Formats: sequence, structure tokens, C-alpha cells
Amino acid sequence: MLWTILLLFGLAAAAPLVAKFAKGASGWLLAAGPAAILFAYLAQLPILPGESRSEVWEWVPGLGVELRFVLDGLSATFTLLITGIGALVLVYAGGYMAGKAKLGQLLSYLLLFLGSMLGLVLSDNTIALFVFWELTSISSYLLIGLDHERESVRSAALKALLVTGGGGLLLLGGFVLLGIAAGDLGLKGADAFSISALADLDLSAHGLYPAIMVLVAIGAFTKSAQAPFHFWLPQAMAAPTPVSALLHSATMVKAGIFLLARLHPALGGTDLWTALLVPVGAVTMLGAAITALGQRDKKRILAYSTVSVLGILVTLLGAGTVVAIEAAVVLLVAHAFYKAALFMVAGNVDHGAGTRDVTLLSGLRKAMPFTFAAGAVAALSMAGAPPMFGFVGKELFYGKLVTAEARSTLLILVAVATNVALVAAALLVALRPFVGSSAGVAKNAHEVSAPMLVGPLILAAAGLFVGLFPDVFDATLGSAMATAIAGQRVDMHLALWHGLNPTALGVMGLSAATLVLGAMVYHRTRRLLAPLAEALSRLRAIGPETWYEKGLAGLVTGSDRVTRGIQTGYLRHYVLAVVVAAVVLAAPPLLRSLPGAAPLFPEAPRPHEALLVAVAAASAVAAMVLRSRTAAIAALGATGAVIAMLFLLFSAPDLSITQIMVETLSVILLVLVLSRLPRLVTRSSRSRRIADLAVATLAGGTMALLAIAATTVSLDPEAARFFAAASYTEAQGRNVVNVVLVDFRALDTMGEIFVVAAAGFGIHALLRLAPETGGAA
Amino acid sequence: MAGLLAILVGVLFGAGVYLLLRRSLIRLIFGLALISHAVNLLVFTTGGLVRGNPPLVPPEAQVPPAGHADPIPQALVLTAIVIGFGLLAFTCVLVKQVVKTLGTDDTDSMRANEE
Repeated sequence: MLWTILLLFGLAAAAPLVAKFAKGASGWLLAAGPAAILFAYLAQLPILPGESRSEVWEWVPGLGVELRFVLDGLSATFTLLITGIGALVLVYAGGYMAGKAKLGQLLSYLLLFLGSMLGLVLSDNTIALFVFWELTSISSYLLIGLDHERESVRSAALKALLVTGGGGLLLLGGFVLLGIAAGDLGLKGADAFSISALADLDLSAHGLYPAIMVLVAIGAFTKSAQAPFHFWLPQAMAAPTPVSALLHSATMVKAGIFLLARLHPALGGTDLWTALLVPVGAVTMLGAAITALGQRDKKRILAYSTVSVLGILVTLLGAGTVVAIEAAVVLLVAHAFYKAALFMVAGNVDHGAGTRDVTLLSGLRKAMPFTFAAGAVAALSMAGAPPMFGFVGKELFYGKLVTAEARSTLLILVAVATNVALVAAALLVALRPFVGSSAGVAKNAHEVSAPMLVGPLILAAAGLFVGLFPDVFDATLGSAMATAIAGQRVDMHLALWHGLNPTALGVMGLSAATLVLGAMVYHRTRRLLAPLAEALSRLRAIGPETWYEKGLAGLVTGSDRVTRGIQTGYLRHYVLAVVVAAVVLAAPPLLRSLPGAAPLFPEAPRPHEALLVAVAAASAVAAMVLRSRTAAIAALGATGAVIAMLFLLFSAPDLSITQIMVETLSVILLVLVLSRLPRLVTRSSRSRRIADLAVATLAGGTMALLAIAATTVSLDPEAARFFAAASYTEAQGRNVVNVVLVDFRALDTMGEIFVVAAAGFGIHALLRLAPETGGAA
Repeated sequence: MAGLLAILVGVLFGAGVYLLLRRSLIRLIFGLALISHAVNLLVFTTGGLVRGNPPLVPPEAQVPPAGHADPIPQALVLTAIVIGFGLLAFTCVLVKQVVKTLGTDDTDSMRANEE
């Protein structure tokens, strides 16, 4: 299975080159890749309930990360949808973007996206799944932002990235906690991150379960555009049509649904699962369905209707019963077929008639007959009319609600209202543009090219075929998919006609009412549109999107302020920050360690030593306060000289010699350089100087504490003993310090020589540079 | 004695920090010099203080006499002294060029020039 993912990534890399040479044919050429993968997976059918085929590649064994791919009913269905629709979208994109410069880029991003998506649905390891999850976010960012010259496109792309990426971070947190919980329950190494291994655990009893559940759910909600994170999806309409088709049908937004379905056996079946998913799904499906009717742009109508269907799917998965899962399986597949088809139809209408505004479009049926046919069939499925697959799905959905143990009238009402709105939306996008007077935009409209018709026609036909022969689906894939989601064996028996019994009649009644009401709402849309749009725009002002925008703007101004506050450009502010932070962090533990330190003065200091220390301290203070440059340099030199004497007293003759030489050189250098510089003047105010002195005293005190604490540390004598013993016997040197420097640690010394040499080159360069920048040398 | 040296380390470091906080680039150089003295002394005292017994092997012996000073901090400090000198020399010349180019050693007015 790895090869299929790698093939798509490879094609993504090759796509720009292919587009350069093959031009118009590149869509067809590149579509061969996903098509080949589609047939490879089709050859694996049928997949029986409970069956799964896996393949494992090591990745980061130490961290429990491996590429474990599993092909079962769930991943196989997604794989077929991704590669099948992917191939059609590539063909479509080749036609839609024909002759445009960005064709290669678009095809490349699409393939990258397909590969990531394929990896996501096949991965069994949560961490690998997360990596593919993020890859889909990134590639969708690239896709949405294809026309990055436009500001609105950039902000839409960023919105999608931030919302889904933010959710992705929470998801990662959830996965890590999940791995910890699985480890507590006895799974070791990579098994703790393997989803198929999780199903046997009783995770809901673990203390981390609520946190895991919430994090994973939010991750899925952001990706699948559930309220209140839905707002990025309609914005993603900025993307070219092939992208919309792909994003909205089998893929990106279904990733969240896929995740919930995949984790249902491990995490589902609890009150928390239902309590999180059902309300969010219910609010999303109704809110988005109504919002869809308030739009004029065909793509936006479709986008909101997608959000609505995703809400239905989340609700069904949240309910988690066998019937609900069967309904989710059918709706998911049906939606993938009709929504991809309808997006392509919308693109065709835009291409052929020059607008996507449903209030302007009419009478296109003669100009664009094939597009009309594909759109009409797909819309029937969307509306849930027989004999389409969407009808089967909606029947199951209603059936689930009517037969539920805790039947909720509210939920039934929400579901019917949602479907009524979806029926109206379906008519709005697939009927309105094609019927009526052909006087307006239809006059100059034309049918689109073959590549742009193949996709919608095949997809619409697929929805019809599966609707007419649903048992083909449940025998080859459907039962296996439902089994994988439910975590128990499910045998689906799908049918268009359920015979005459009270439940079936009730469901049929609801369906009929839905269709009639939907048609009525559609007839009134012209009058409803304006007030609805106005109400929606008012809602928008207080909605999550506004919060997102305010938050983003606040983040930018906030970090601007913080940066300006911290990065003042004054050296002393940086020094102050470093010193104060060091004191605050280091002083308390040092003070605490003080009582344990050795006595400070075990013996009275010898007078000459005490005198030397006093002189050194006095000259340092003098260097600090003197205003004469020469006097300050002299004081500095005195400090260094006294330190050299201290080195000598305490058995370090080499240090003493070096210090004296360096100090002499330093004094000469300072005198030479500083005599050409301005005199020292006092610039700071008195209060500033006192404050600085206080900081300096604290810093000095902390250093003194550190020096005292350091005396209590007993260094490992082993190294010193080795150097002392080996100095003469092995290196033939009697001065141990010198031997250490030039023999045992010769490489360090060479590094030091390089540093000093670099300083020398730097000085040389600075002096040479002077005439050009500073005028007279 | 370690206590006295610890206090000296504190005084040197404090004086160095105070000088770093001045607006004058020249005082900055003095500050750097004092801070490197402070750090050298700190490392030196860490090794333990021994009077009159350097890590030298006498002519007739194979190893230094018992109780000799630890050679490792000495080797470290020796390196540090030399590097410190390199830093000081470079800073000196850099400051000289900066003052020559901008006409002042006041860091605040340099910032004003830049804006």
C-alpha cells in the first residue's frame, strides 16, 4: 500500500514538468496514476466484514512510530473514493485550467493532496496518521491559495490552515494522551499507537479518557467544519473549482468524519461520545442547511450544504448504533458522488455562462445539455429522491431516528428541516440555472469541453447505479465498512423498497413530506433570499468567524507591542534583562544552598592575601567610577596585575605569567586606542545611576554566592589524577598545565588559536575598512 | 580565603555589570574586561585553593608532589585569559571605528542617528 502513496507523491513532483510539455493532455496523463491505484484497490474487492489486510514499515521504532497500513472496509471505501474522484478531478482540472500558467502547480498540489489523504485513511498508527493529517492541511492551504495574488484568497487559505492546523495540534495532544493511556493498559511500543490494537482496550475507564475524547473531537470538528469551526470551509471557495470538488467530496472535510469513524470502536459507545457529537452535529446540519439557502453563489450554496451533510454524519456517528452507522456509510458514499458532481457542474456553469450567481442564471438547458443532465441526476441524489443512493441514505437516516430507543422529536424535526433545506438547495443549484427563460446570460452560454463533462457524468451515473443496485455495494464494501466502524459484525441489506410495515411507512411519509416541503421552499426562495441573507449577515457579526478575525488581528497587534516593548534597541535594556533574569532565577536556590556550604573563613585570612584582595577590589571600583580615561585604564591594569599575583600565590605560575603579559598588552592597547576617543562624561541621571548600582550589586552578590556554592562542589579527581600521572611519563612534560594544553587537549588549544586569529583578522579588516565608510583614515 | 576571593569575584562582576549599563561605549570595554576577570577567578577558585604547590613535576620525580593544585581549572583559565584578550582587542578596535564613523560613543544618540 505504501507504493500507492509514494506514486502519488512522485507524480506530484513530476506534475509541473508534465504540464509544461503535455499541456492540455496533462490532466489525462496524470490521472492515469490515481486511476491505476483505483483499479489496484478494486482488484482487492470484495472485502468481507471484519477482514483487514495490513502492511508494516518501520519508521521511528524508538518512539513507537511505524507506517502500519490497514486495508479494511472503511479505508478501502475511502481509498476508492479518493483515487476515483481524484482521477476525475485531475481530468477536470486539466480542462478547467487549460492554457493557464498555473495548471502544473494545481495538478501538483492536487496529487500531493491525494497522496496525503490516501496515507491518512490507510494509516493505523496514530502518529503516522497525524503526519498525513497535517500534510492534507498543508496541501489544502496550497490549493486554496493557488491565486495568491488576491488578498482575499490569501486570507481564506490562511484561515483554513489556522483552523485545521490548530485543531491538528489538539488532535496530536489527544493522540499522545491516547498512547499514554494505552501504555497504562498494557500496550507496548508501537502497539500503544496502533488504532486497531486500541479497540480491545477499555479506554473509557481510564482517567485520561475525557481529555482524549475532547481533543480528538475538536480535531475532527475543525477538519470537518463543524460548528463553531465551520467558517473556514465556505471561505475556501476562493479555490478553483476542481479544488472545491475535491475538498468537499471524498476528502479533506471527510477526514474528520473518517477519524471519528476509525476511532469509534476504540473511543465510542460512551455517554461522552454521544454528548459531544450529537449536539454539535445537529446544530451544524440545521444551521448550515438554512445558511445555504441564503447564498447566491452556487459554490457557496454547495459548500454550506456540505457542512450540513457533515453535521448529519457526525450526528449519526455520535448516535453510534448499528442503524445509524449504516446510514452514515450510505450517506457518506452518496454524498461523495453527488457533491463532487455538483461542484464540477457549478464549475461548468461558471465556465459556460460566466457567472455562478443563481439569481442571474436561467435557461441554460439547451446550451449546456450534458451539464444539465449530470447536475439533475446528482441533485436528485442530494435531495434524497428515489432511485438515487442519496435516497437510500436518507431513508436509513430517518429510519434510525424513528426507531431509536430514546426517540427524540426534536432530533426528528431538526433532521426533517435540514433535509427540506437540502432539497431546496439541490433544486436551487441544479434546476434554477437550467430552466426558465433563456434570454439572459444563457444567450452567450456554451457547453464545456469533454474533460469537464467526464467527471460529473460518471459520478452522477455512479450515484444512480449504486442507488439502483445497493446490494452490490453492501456485499463488496458496505458491510465491511459498517463493521469496521461499529467494531462488531454488521450485515447490511440495502434496498430501495422496504415493503409495507409501520416503520417503513412512517419513514416514507417523512421522505415524501420532505420532498414536498423542499419544493415549496424552493419556490419561495426568490422572496426568502433577501431577508435570509440579511439576517445571516447580522448573525455573522457575532459569530465565530468574527471572533477568529478579531483574535487574529489582536495576535498581530499584541505581538507587535510585545516585540517593541522587549526589543528597545538599547544595549543596556538587554543587559538589564539578562542580569535581572539571572539574578531572579539563580539567587534563591543559591541562598538556600548557603547553610550547607563550607565555613567561609575556616582560618583567618593571611594579611598579605587580604591586602591583595582589597587592592584588587578597590581598583575595580576605581575603574568603575573614575572619569579620567588614563586613570581608569591604570586602575583596570592594577586589577589585572593583582589578580596575577593571586594566581601566583595559589600555585598557578603559568596563569600568573600569562595574565601579566596579557594585562600589559591590554593596557598598551587601551591607552593607544582610547587616547583618540572622546573623554568620559557622565550622561545618566543620578537616580538612573543609583538604580543601576543596585542591579549591579545584586548581580555581584549573586556571583559571590555562586563562587561560595562552587567551593562545596567536589570535582571528580580522576581527570586531575590522570593528567598529573601521565604528564611526565607519557608526554615527557614537567609542567602539567602546559602538557594539558598542548598535548592532551591540543585540539581545544588549536580552536583557541583560531579564535584569536579570527579576532586578529577582524581587527585588521575593521582598520582597513575605515577609510571607505568613515571618511579620512 | 575562598570566602575573600568569592567576595572579590562579586565586586569585579558587579562593577563590570554597572559599566555595561552605561551609555558610553568606552565604559563598556572596561566592563567586559572586569567581567572576564571575575569569571576567570570564579573558575580558578572552583578548583580549590592550594598554596605553594603548583602542578609541576620536580626534576627527579615522575609525578608532581602530593597535594599539588588541580591543573584542569588552570588550563581552562589560561585559555580563557587568552580568548578574553582577543575579545578585548577586537572590541577596542570596533568601538574606535564606531566612534570615528558616528562621531560619538553615546549609545543612545547612535540609536537616534539610525532612525
